[in-house]
Amino acid sequence: MLTLHCPYCGIDADETELAPGGEAHLRRFGPGSSDDDFESYLFARENPKGVHFERWRHAYGCGKWFHAARCTATLEVFGTYPAQTTEPPQDIRDAISAKRPGWTWRTFA
Amino acid sequence: MKKRYSAFAIAREAMRNHLGWERAWASPIPKAKYDAIIIGAGGHGLATAYYLGKNHGIRNVAILEKGWLGGGNTGRNTTIIRSNYLQDPSAAIYEKSRSLYETLSQDLNYNIMYSPRGVMMLAQTHHEVRGYQRTAYANALQGVKTEFISPRRVKELCPIMNIDGPRYPVLGALWQDRAGTARHDAVAWGYARACSDMGMDIIQQCEVTAIRREGGRVVGVDTTKGAIDCNKLGIVVAGHSGVLADMAGFRLPIESVALQALVSEPIKPCMDVVVMANTVHGYMSQSDKGEMVIGGGADGYNNYTQRGSFHHIEETVRALVETFPMIARLKMLRQWGGIVDMTGDRSPILSKTPVENVFINCGWGTGGFKAIPGSGWGFAELMATGHSPLTAEFGLERFREGRFVDESVAAGVAH
Ligand SMILES: Cc1cc2nc3c(=O)[nH]c(=O)nc-3n(C[C@H](O)[C@H](O)[C@H](O)COP(=O)(O)OP(=O)(O)OC[C@H]3O[C@@H](n4cnc5c(N)ncnc54)[C@H](O)[C@@H]3O)c2cc1C
Ligand SMILES: [Zn+2]
Repeated sequence: MLTLHCPYCGIDADETELAPGGEAHLRRFGPGSSDDDFESYLFARENPKGVHFERWRHAYGCGKWFHAARCTATLEVFGTYPAQTTEPPQDIRDAISAKRPGWTWRTFA
Repeated sequence: MKKRYSAFAIAREAMRNHLGWERAWASPIPKAKYDAIIIGAGGHGLATAYYLGKNHGIRNVAILEKGWLGGGNTGRNTTIIRSNYLQDPSAAIYEKSRSLYETLSQDLNYNIMYSPRGVMMLAQTHHEVRGYQRTAYANALQGVKTEFISPRRVKELCPIMNIDGPRYPVLGALWQDRAGTARHDAVAWGYARACSDMGMDIIQQCEVTAIRREGGRVVGVDTTKGAIDCNKLGIVVAGHSGVLADMAGFRLPIESVALQALVSEPIKPCMDVVVMANTVHGYMSQSDKGEMVIGGGADGYNNYTQRGSFHHIEETVRALVETFPMIARLKMLRQWGGIVDMTGDRSPILSKTPVENVFINCGWGTGGFKAIPGSGWGFAELMATGHSPLTAEFGLERFREGRFVDESVAAGVAH
């Protein structure tokens, strides 16, 4: 069972308490953007085999959205962090780099 | 030409200690170049190669597989075959597929054990009753034989079911009498044998690691067994579609998640239909060996490990015990997972791609076993001629153009 640490209420929450919310850090494109950007924002997904950033909600706990950095190839969790950010914070990136040297995800590393 | 399998062959081999059986397919080393390369020797990849050869005369073909053939979702699924979908393009490809299954054993000279025992999808809410009645009417217009049946008929067809559950009583069911199951490994093995017999090369333990392009078109692939050139490339790798698309330099509207299944200890025959209960998220059938074959919903997060979360199994089993009280004390023998490729509209992608001469067949998600023959048929036509009526509505451009083939509400559960 997947266990994620909720950065708000500080609980190590079991998967049954959590609701998955898909890929994190999507850049929103709206009216005025190109068709390619709009299509990619709406439909295309990163789906990596390896380092991945996701949104999760502590649904049966404090109810808040947060982010998680996970490895989809091993189910290892690198860390979780609050959702009020458009990029993963440096300490999370460092934690990933320590275990997956040379990783990239979109433009992050 | 391979020796044919027949009752006579079994008798002949019985007389000589079964020493005369040949290997079903060859294991050659790759040539430097092929007319077409198919990546992925699951059911869809092998069927594509088979119909490339059989229907279009393209036989200089290699099928590259990183593991062993049929070891992906094709060898991990619960083998439900049905064609009672809602949308016309779906009905066309799934019914083509189902009808090919009817005679596939004869066509391949390989017993794939197609068993049209009937599939029922239970309606356990009023919303589902209306939904399935609508599907039954749509199927009538599409020429797919299905009917909406009463709870009494459900009980007659499947006496071990409790139709008066307190929370979700059975209000009826969508019934397709020529739907059923087949032996999943045999489908892969049968196609593989036929492909090998046509002179195609099936190369196992050969992982594609890069897709080489020149001027926007494909020229070949790099693999763990060296570089191989090709004129055309078909990507048919289910859960790994995103990884291969990344190698070819484009993105997909697909996410890969784990879907699990489990089987019980074998028991005496007690159920000769397939039952799907989509509201409570569980489905069950009985294999020829007597095992109860059980599946449920997919996990909710990206995963490549072929392992799922235990609580999903718990939920599935809980729902099925409610529906079939007699299974409550059965022991479970095995449990496993596969990585399924989910699209937003729950319909597959059979398409050209931004790279010239690279084609992709993916997005079958939780329900592509039933589609193997029809998908192979249509995708081979697309690869050979550039167009197929079966695949026309399943192109990648449908997302940009807002022409979804929306089956996402039609099943609501893995199948
Ligand atoms: C538990 C479970 C239950 C299911 N139940 C049903 C059901 O009842 N009915 C139904 O219709 N469908 C069902 N499905 C869905 C069905 O199994 C799939 O849709 C179908 O088998 C997909 O076939 P495929 O040939 O596309 O993929 P696969 O059989 O997965 O084949 C893809 C192959 O590509 C190979 N590959 C990947 N990457 C590379 C690479 N880089 N180089 C070379 N090879 C590579 C893989 O090793 C694999 O063998 C179920 C799936 C699961 C997991
Ligand atoms: Zn919390």
